[in-house]
Amino acid sequence: MSTVEQTLIVPRTEASNVKTAANAAAPGTTTMRVQPVARALSPARAALRQFLRSPSGVAGAILLLALILATIFGPMLYPIDPLEIVGLPFSPPDADALLGTDYLGRDVLAGLIHGGRATMTVGAVAALITIVIGVSVGALSGFFGGWIDSLLVKISEFFQVLPPLLFAMVLVTLFGPRLTTITIAIGAVSWTSAARLTRAEFMRLRDLDFIKASRAAGAGNWHLIMRVVLPNALPPIIVSATLAIGVAILFEGGLSFLGLGDPNTMSWGLMIGQNRNYVLDAWWAVTFPGAAIFLAVLAVSLVGDGINDAVNPRLRRR
Amino acid sequence: MTPVLSVEDLSVGMTGRDGKLVPVLENLSFTVDKGRTIALVGESGCGKSMTALAIMRLLPEGFVVTSGRILLEGENVLTARNRRMRALRGNAVSMVFQEPMTALNPLYTVGDQIAEALYHHRNLSRGDAAEQAVQFLKAVQIPAAEQRAKAYPHQMSGGMRQRVMIAMAIACKPKLLIADEPTTALDVTVQAQIFDLLAKLQDETETAIVLITHDLGAVAELADDIAVLYAGRCIETGPAQGVAASPRHPYTRGLLACVPHLAVGRPKPPAWIDLGEIPGMVPALGSRGPDCAFLTRCASASEVCRSRPQPPLGTIDVAHAVSCWRAREIAA
Repeated sequence: MSTVEQTLIVPRTEASNVKTAANAAAPGTTTMRVQPVARALSPARAALRQFLRSPSGVAGAILLLALILATIFGPMLYPIDPLEIVGLPFSPPDADALLGTDYLGRDVLAGLIHGGRATMTVGAVAALITIVIGVSVGALSGFFGGWIDSLLVKISEFFQVLPPLLFAMVLVTLFGPRLTTITIAIGAVSWTSAARLTRAEFMRLRDLDFIKASRAAGAGNWHLIMRVVLPNALPPIIVSATLAIGVAILFEGGLSFLGLGDPNTMSWGLMIGQNRNYVLDAWWAVTFPGAAIFLAVLAVSLVGDGINDAVNPRLRRR
Repeated sequence: MTPVLSVEDLSVGMTGRDGKLVPVLENLSFTVDKGRTIALVGESGCGKSMTALAIMRLLPEGFVVTSGRILLEGENVLTARNRRMRALRGNAVSMVFQEPMTALNPLYTVGDQIAEALYHHRNLSRGDAAEQAVQFLKAVQIPAAEQRAKAYPHQMSGGMRQRVMIAMAIACKPKLLIADEPTTALDVTVQAQIFDLLAKLQDETETAIVLITHDLGAVAELADDIAVLYAGRCIETGPAQGVAASPRHPYTRGLLACVPHLAVGRPKPPAWIDLGEIPGMVPALGSRGPDCAFLTRCASASEVCRSRPQPPLGTIDVAHAVSCWRAREIAA
């Protein structure tokens, strides 16, 4: 055994020559290098660089960042309770209420600023739930195949055949219109597309050589899924996660519009839902939250598209 | 001394569309000792890669070992528990794949990929493993190994990546290295370098090597023994020099005639000789009867061959065995 150990160390001495040679050449005289080793750029950083080159993606990111900052710091700068009655109902925008008041006389601007927090949180958390469930189901099903795949596909088909909005309405009605139930309901009805996407990616990757090579190097299933296949399947998943935020925001708006919003927490959807009957009397109470939802979804979609362009190998040139 | 690898009477079958078991490999036996190399030679579809995957116990879905034993230092691989098998793979047995362009994970640096096996199998710390990975990159003669370790696979050439694959495979000092057509995807000069490298590493580590290839000429120097497979059956086996110098089976002769043989210092042949070819194709899975599988393509086939099933391997010389009714006539 010791001979084996010894002999394997042999390259060290030989290689140290290479090292000294490389060191000697490296500092000043770059021309001396045999083959310049390209600055190793990790795939994530390469994608970020690519993303920053897309104007619409960057615009979306700036808009999204602005909205997020507004919802985080806005309430401190504009500390008016969005549920409190501050004036006469249907006051048009004026100096007292910059964006007017709604049918109960609540400040629309305060609603926008405070409601954004709920809307964005619902969007992000629901998207997270969507992705966690979808990726887990899709990964297991695509990686193992066989009866596991059949079972999981059957389950996700069951969810796919139910109309998502109706299903979410049933869930919210059953468990009560609270922000948490709304979030969970949105996640529960929209994970199937992420599952299908992940399953397809896993099935594509499962038989590639480097997966086989990892297996031949002794990797177990868990290691293969988490460290080998999933990272390679991530690009489309990230894109779909981003877009899922937009879908979840729209969903929350939809549910609230149908009267299933949480009445105790101001959100953009709730503002539209409660004021929709008076849209001809007080356009401002519906239009501004509508515009806010539009901007948020637009921002998220632009970012999603930007990421897609940056990580999709078919669109990117090496 | 127990051989490092001993494959005994291995048969592999594939479940066909109609649920029937179609033989893929039939009664294959060979052994490899420490520091020795056996080359499995044959055309595509002869069962070479299946043999390799059976040894790793990584046969694709639908393929099953129907009989035989595979002993790795006396331990039967086929009955080992999954956990034990994972510990063996990459540690006691490792494999170099055919396609260096696709066999490396594009998302990790090559250094990380080599270190990964060391970290898991050798319980090294991440730092030590990374340091060792650089040593192995040097061992496979990659220049500027420190920087290369931080490179991603797409930044390297094919030959470079195959060296990385070899570095990964030898990182845990395996007792057995399976190289599945390690040079097929590379150009000729790099092929020679890779073979030299394998030979050098073998001298240092005394690893047993199973080399899978279709280029009989190229392996004669590296391999100690050769087993020629045809349609899932071993049709000729023996010491490399013997088989390459005096092939007995018409198929082996055909394989050798397919490649040009040039030697430095030898005068040019008086007339250009056309390279040989073996007409036809390997019979498809499922259409292989008890007859000699090579019968339809064989130029030397006679009534003897047609009237009887394929003979078992018959010894014709020291350790040299052939499965052919006419082996003695052909040799003469």
